[in-house]
Amino acid sequence: MYKVKVFVTLRESVLDPQGKAVQQSLTNLGYEGVQDVRIGKYMELTIDGSNQEVEKTVQEMCEKLLSNPVVEDYRYEIEESVQQ
Amino acid sequence: MKFAVIVFPGSNCDVDMFHAVQDELGEEVEYVWHDADDLSEFDGILLPGGFSYGDYLRSGAIAHLSKVMSEVKKAAQAGKPVLGVCNGFQILLESGLLPGAMLRNKDLKFVCKPAQLKVENNETMFSSLYSKGEKVTIPVAHGEGNYYCDEATLQQLQANQQIVFTYTDNFNGSLESIAGIVNEQGNVLGMMPHPERAVDELLGSADGLKLFQSIVKQWRESHVVNA
Repeated sequence: MYKVKVFVTLRESVLDPQGKAVQQSLTNLGYEGVQDVRIGKYMELTIDGSNQEVEKTVQEMCEKLLSNPVVEDYRYEIEESVQQ
Repeated sequence: MKFAVIVFPGSNCDVDMFHAVQDELGEEVEYVWHDADDLSEFDGILLPGGFSYGDYLRSGAIAHLSKVMSEVKKAAQAGKPVLGVCNGFQILLESGLLPGAMLRNKDLKFVCKPAQLKVENNETMFSSLYSKGEKVTIPVAHGEGNYYCDEATLQQLQANQQIVFTYTDNFNGSLESIAGIVNEQGNVLGMMPHPERAVDELLGSADGLKLFQSIVKQWRESHVVNA
């Protein structure tokens, strides 16, 4: 079994109004050093399969559904998990 | 002319769309559930607004993988008119039938109001009864209608006259104030404003009716002999 962590964020070239609002709010709180906030999505998947297969499958899933390549970037981490 | 209104779990403008076609346009129309596997009997496909699958993941992301969407693609390839309104537009973008993507409105607010649009291109099967540059009032109701695409795509949209409607007041931050675009072939239109909610003066505007009438006019001209 593999535990897969997928991170999806808006591409650098895309303005993130939500991140901008949070950055402004942090600044208002007194945290003046915050230069930029980008808000994204975090997903955890549990997948059955061989190591190579999992990597290929995750990449496909990210491109077909989990992210929209027009406006989003994705990255993922794969961890082997021991069945309990 | 026979229209299909595609219904996804979470569609909520399907009844308005049905009403516009049946009662105001006076054409045949049927609801079609998202798992349908044959749309060959229909002459035009309508994807209504709403929140398909609760907007989970991204607006339209899950709906675009529905069974019916491969049939919608076939209809589009066959040159049949395909209209996606609001969530329907978002589904068309996710499915790749139209280029680009939607971001949240620039001020992060859901905006529900009558919007003034400018007809940029009146030489499409959806806009032929409007005049070029005409200002029309059509309601909007969305939180994610901030149209985005890359520079190369935008140049293509402009070069091919694919931008059909723009906002006169760009309230949601859309690139080039884009409110509606067609595909390169001109038979797939996606727009955030709701023409089906503007089909009777009693509703505040009848400006949306001409869009549906344009579709029927084009269809009659190409399908009915001695029309």
